[in-house]
Amino acid sequence: MSDVLVSARGLEVHFSVRSAGLRRGAGGVLRAVDGVDLDIHRGETLGLVGESGCGKSTLGNALLHLVPPTGGRITFDGADITSLDRRGLKEMRRRAGMVFQDPFASLDPRRTVAQTVAEPLEVHKLRSGRRERAARVGELLELVGLDPAVAGRYPHEFSGGQRQRVGIARALAGEPDFLVCDEAIASLDVSVQAQVLNLLRRLQRRLGLTLLFISHDLAAVRHLADRIAVMYLGRVVEMGPAAAVGSDPQMPYTQALLSAVPVPHPALERARKRIVLRGDVPSPSAVPSGCRFRTRCPYAFEPCPEVDPALQEVGAPGQLAACHLHGVVPVS
Amino acid sequence: MSAPVLDVEDLRVQLRTPRGTAHVVNGLTYSVGPGETVAVVGESGSGKSVSVLALLGLLPDRVATVSGRALLHGEDLLSMPPERLRQVRGPGAGMVFQDPMTSLNPVLTIGKQIVEGLRAHSDMSTAVARRRAAELLGEVGLPDPERVLDRYPHELSGGMRQRVVIAIALSNSPALLIADEATTALDVTVQAQIIDLVEQLQSDHGTGVIWITHDLGVVAGIADRVLVMYGGRCVEDGTVDDVLEHPVHPYTRGLLGSLPDLATPLGPDGEVPDLVTVPGLPPPPTDLPAGCVFWPRCPVRGDTRCETEQPPLVEIADGHSGHRGRELPHRAATWCAEAAHE
Repeated sequence: MSDVLVSARGLEVHFSVRSAGLRRGAGGVLRAVDGVDLDIHRGETLGLVGESGCGKSTLGNALLHLVPPTGGRITFDGADITSLDRRGLKEMRRRAGMVFQDPFASLDPRRTVAQTVAEPLEVHKLRSGRRERAARVGELLELVGLDPAVAGRYPHEFSGGQRQRVGIARALAGEPDFLVCDEAIASLDVSVQAQVLNLLRRLQRRLGLTLLFISHDLAAVRHLADRIAVMYLGRVVEMGPAAAVGSDPQMPYTQALLSAVPVPHPALERARKRIVLRGDVPSPSAVPSGCRFRTRCPYAFEPCPEVDPALQEVGAPGQLAACHLHGVVPVS
Repeated sequence: MSAPVLDVEDLRVQLRTPRGTAHVVNGLTYSVGPGETVAVVGESGSGKSVSVLALLGLLPDRVATVSGRALLHGEDLLSMPPERLRQVRGPGAGMVFQDPMTSLNPVLTIGKQIVEGLRAHSDMSTAVARRRAAELLGEVGLPDPERVLDRYPHELSGGMRQRVVIAIALSNSPALLIADEATTALDVTVQAQIIDLVEQLQSDHGTGVIWITHDLGVVAGIADRVLVMYGGRCVEDGTVDDVLEHPVHPYTRGLLGSLPDLATPLGPDGEVPDLVTVPGLPPPPTDLPAGCVFWPRCPVRGDTRCETEQPPLVEIADGHSGHRGRELPHRAATWCAEAAHE
């Protein structure tokens, strides 16, 4: 059995966009995910960070085949998911769950918690008989720290944190190997965020889950992840062990991103040197030539506009960065 | 210390709701000096936003009852006639809201919206106001301000829109700037740009700032003073160093403990330690507990007074540190003896 559970090679998700509004001009191509190579190992938590619009959610969706990729290859446990038939895809979906960002929008308001959590059990025919299903729902609710007695209640009777627990219970119902959490704590209050973060970590260890934790919150990602991948404009630009990427980033974008995260210690925070980037992120429908970060990079030099940098090993063992400062290596 | 820009005394806000009267703000007292930044922190429902909306008369009269005093340069905002309040809002106090998409009018150009604010408070001609608007956009760091004037909000990125909102808030050089979760919806790199901008403007114009946020990292960087709100009360306040490095109230401690922090050292097993959490949820403002507002969730409750008597906000020990040359008291409202003696 290979150590890699989910793998992407040259993954592309491009959308064609029509010209906006009343403006003239031909439509273009929005390159949401643009050549991503990524391996997620069994039992690890991979944190995927990046700013809004960098394509991290689209990448998460593509890995579960919720959006069809327009190029490249995705394998799940060795099987190419783009060529799966309906039955294969259904089995893949059982083995890969998703926890969504907004617990107010991702639960059906007209279904009770029990109905919501039991749905995957019915779809995948995992428990036959009403009593067995109810028992399993109770187990799942207990697993995520909810009282099984709340099974008959509706989502509106719960707080945001409790709803997110229901969402996690639903995602776990199919006994998945792989769980994608897309900004799963972003809409929660700080003290509730901490409760959900601790829960995810406990579940991951107890069930041996492989987790893709997508977030813009670097501190939360460092807290949970074994490895971190950093995305910029549709591409993974740095990846490596969480400690290495978190304390000694090798790609100028990661350095700027980390330096912009405020820490709650006044003396440290005042002394901290922020790297303030110029300008805005370019549009994913007009990706710069060569290195996509060059338009905002403080170190841009000759090869940057010409050569698209490939990920190369730099820094700690297992750390990869796409930057010409470490030697010019073009994307093959 | 020179006279404060804003002096709030015993501010209380009650809202009528279908579930009864909500006691959203319950006796808030603080002041903001010129050039000073006061951070108001707390979780959703703690009353932090409502407390500033009340200051500017932005709560609907039909449902809100506001009492107390809020002196802006000696003039009480809460008892002011609406006409006068409207005059004060621009040059006296500017406000930046969380979501830059909903606080700009989508069907008016950026230029129109800035000119409107400028002309409401002076007899500038439209042409002069437009030139001033372009200057303002330049000041907040937008490239090519002349072109931005003719754009609509949807044509700008989130960071650019928030700069426009700040430009509008600053267009009449207010003595007080209120930022309500102004950078929460923005990415960290854009947040860093906006914070730099506000600090720059503050040192240029001596503007007093109230910065409402739940992000304690941001607070550590920008605040002189911190006020922690819970259940509509101030449970702890003091200099930023005192409150964040030597928190006394069990709630402040819980809030800091539940924060994943890039500066946390790894544990002996090479892993980041588990987060300390505050169990439970904040009380609904329609049904606040008697006694200390935090006692139902408090991990160290035990004093007989916790459940019955409301602890007053009192000075604890002596402030460990001043900030930027000022000595400020460190206060907390808790019966927790263990905390008070530390």
